[in-house]
Amino acid sequence: MVNARAMIAGVALLATTGASAAEPAAARLALSERLSWGPRGDEPIMASGDPVAALAVPINAPLPPAAAQTIAGLRISREPMANLVMGMVERRRQINAMTDPDAKAAADKAWQGDMADLYREVQTRDILRALYSPAQLGEQLTWFWANHFSVHAPKREIRAMLGGWDETLRAHALGKFRDLLAATVTQPAMLQYLDNDQNAAGHINENYAREIMELHTLGVGSGYSQKDVQELARILTGVGVRLSPDAPHLPPDKAPLYIRNGLFEFNPQRHDFGDKVLLGQQIHGQGWGEVRRAIDILASQPATRAHISRKLALFLLGHDPSPALLGAMTAEWQASDGTIARVVAVILRSDEFRASLGQGFKDPTHYVLSAVRYAYGGRVIRNADPIINWLRRMDEAPYGRETPDGWPLDAAAWTGPGQMETRFEIAKAIGNGSAGLFKAREPGGTDEPAFPQLQNALWYGGLDHTIGAQTKAVLDRAASSPQWNMLLLASPEFMRR
Amino acid sequence: MLDRRTVLNGAGMAGLSLLGGRVMAAPAASGTRFLLVFLRGAYDAANVVAPAGNTFYHEARPTIALAAPDPVNPQAALPLDADWSLHPALRDSIAPLWQARQIAFVPFAGTDDMSRSHFETQDTIEMGQPIQGQRQYGSGFVGRLAGVLNAGGKGGGNGTIAFSDTLPLVMRGGPMIPNLALGGNGKPPIDDSETAMIATMYRGQRLGTVDLDAAVHTGFAARDTVWHTIDDEMKAAGRGAIAARGFEAAAQRIGLVMRDRYNLAFVDVGGWDTHVNQGGATGQLAGRIGELGRGLAAYAAALGPDAWRQTVVVVVSEFGRTFRENGNRGTDHGHGSIYWVMGGAVAGGRMVGPQSRIAPETLNQNRDLPVLTDYRALIGGLWQRQYGLNQAQLAKIFPQVSPARLNLI
Repeated sequence: MVNARAMIAGVALLATTGASAAEPAAARLALSERLSWGPRGDEPIMASGDPVAALAVPINAPLPPAAAQTIAGLRISREPMANLVMGMVERRRQINAMTDPDAKAAADKAWQGDMADLYREVQTRDILRALYSPAQLGEQLTWFWANHFSVHAPKREIRAMLGGWDETLRAHALGKFRDLLAATVTQPAMLQYLDNDQNAAGHINENYAREIMELHTLGVGSGYSQKDVQELARILTGVGVRLSPDAPHLPPDKAPLYIRNGLFEFNPQRHDFGDKVLLGQQIHGQGWGEVRRAIDILASQPATRAHISRKLALFLLGHDPSPALLGAMTAEWQASDGTIARVVAVILRSDEFRASLGQGFKDPTHYVLSAVRYAYGGRVIRNADPIINWLRRMDEAPYGRETPDGWPLDAAAWTGPGQMETRFEIAKAIGNGSAGLFKAREPGGTDEPAFPQLQNALWYGGLDHTIGAQTKAVLDRAASSPQWNMLLLASPEFMRR
Repeated sequence: MLDRRTVLNGAGMAGLSLLGGRVMAAPAASGTRFLLVFLRGAYDAANVVAPAGNTFYHEARPTIALAAPDPVNPQAALPLDADWSLHPALRDSIAPLWQARQIAFVPFAGTDDMSRSHFETQDTIEMGQPIQGQRQYGSGFVGRLAGVLNAGGKGGGNGTIAFSDTLPLVMRGGPMIPNLALGGNGKPPIDDSETAMIATMYRGQRLGTVDLDAAVHTGFAARDTVWHTIDDEMKAAGRGAIAARGFEAAAQRIGLVMRDRYNLAFVDVGGWDTHVNQGGATGQLAGRIGELGRGLAAYAAALGPDAWRQTVVVVVSEFGRTFRENGNRGTDHGHGSIYWVMGGAVAGGRMVGPQSRIAPETLNQNRDLPVLTDYRALIGGLWQRQYGLNQAQLAKIFPQVSPARLNLI
């Protein structure tokens, strides 16, 4: 009988499995679990190697044809985001003007249904990419940035805007932080979410300015003042969203300063042209150039490097980095002009990274995605609705966080008794059968037969060696194959990353 | 009461259900009960308990202020005392409790955290530790109360629960406390034998400092307890007795399980960050506060008169909002808030704690309400009387706090 307490340490876990081949299997499995959304069930555990190689896979590497085809068929892939949003806004205007109550209610219902569909589409696309993209680490970092720059889908027209938002984050996920930050400042989803489209000279709304400093760049308590927040809010006046194709009427002196790109606009008529002082630096009132200047100042602050580096490490290690590792990351940040891939590489090469493997706890997203990758490997799901529903139940729905701080990255947020109980119910849903993952979404669509065969290539390729004796004894008592599946997916070993 | 592990091993060997039935249920609730309600997002206190007779209030809020009390205007605020009035959306839920002297409001309440950050200040409140000096992250004040009550043999800690999707910071750092979102009505899908098998896999399992074994047991026990309580109630009263949805439904269930099973609980309610178009007598905030009021009234009704007399509910929020409305008919992050204290035995029907005249020159930083009653002193003073805590016990829960003597109970 294995001592259960000894099993918690990764080293002890290896020692208890006995077989000499098991040691590398456990270590390689843990590495694969960390660098991807979970090892695939149709492949033996990947060969061990330099973890930094995971960063070299292009973020837009092609998906398997079935996944690419599903994505290509989505409305968000076929129509530009700005058109989708303006169409929904125009329809809303027409519905509001309708006088017949029954017709109005029916039109409203259809509109709500279309908004829900657009939201579901973007979640589906994200899930398909996470499950099947060869750029697994890049996909994890895309999730990280969507969480760092968290937006809440149900607010205003954001559900229709997410199709552009996730593409923007993915494109910059491994690039320069300054460019990523700058890209978020012109995204309508962010500007609506944090109310900056309402921020104008004489009608200051400081919500976005505060969260940029507190959450997106410097971090709370890093020394900026309420006055800095107010100054940044003034700089951001006129940065907004235009939901119609026409341009505003501007006086001749302001017209040349107007900027429009899709739904994004910088409206000089709404901008406060006074001079500002941000973090001790003078910014001359000039329009959009002030925003670019402010982004440069914020992205180059030592507090920003420290804050973002620490958070990246927390995500990739599962715990706070040591001062030495943090120092190495911020040094690399400076040397690489804030190149995210280079800063991440410092983590991946560290001893702390090696030591952390297998010691982390999967958050709900990692848990569900790893279970589906394990159960079905490269067989592409036809319907992501069950996954969306599971994530919602575990309180980590994509773009479902109400507050701009994003979902917590520390394990303690996900190990509570209620979380564990819900997770077991989802283990049962996944283990029991296809759970609707292969049922076409169109009415009357067929449900392809599918069953989660967990004793697969990954299991026999080494996963079985990582299961402790206590869990094995319970698995041996399973009354059926679905129950065996449920138990394995509910086991403490499967929660680790 | 049997030791948890004894129950587990004994039942396991006998081949019985380990956690099915009520073996693992928390002890029946009795005696004093406490519910903390956290309005996350900073509710605009000054438009819910409003100084509606104050001229400056109307100047500061030209589009969103509530009309001063007026018996013939159903949109007008409802009079509380000479200075304060209640939002009309609370007419049928909270106003009757005020008449019955079962709710008190504590204006100018909050923290000394001036960050005006939702997250920073929520964390500050939940930790309940002095913000100067070294703080113990991961330790919340309700968690510490549960620890003190357990250690003192007063019970309570075992009957503690968070009604939320994840375990909030305020409940951490003490004994293992379950969390449960009160969503569906369905029977739990994991049956008794599967529950036992899962529990066996987690025997002795830890993740760093987290005791996964205890978490799994506590989670199953809470699930069974809540499921049986609600199921019994539904069988007894018919489905119509359970409100359909939203906070009202959740609050009613919390009342049921706190009547029978749990005596120290937490629930949070979001959606208060009204920067834009917050509305006045009707609109965004009115809808939200109306639902909160109906929920708290349903909670009191579900407890029943006996348990309600032994219950104290405190409603807090991280900070108040700017006293002046912003350019978007909303309000921005401010400072002082107004907290609620309610219960069958609360000395209510009054505004409690020190007050300041509200005028441009008395605003904090010319922006928002000052804080004159610290939330730690408020809740510390309340708990000292409610639970009969001594100084050392109180100091464990709220270090370096002098409890406020507000005679709320």
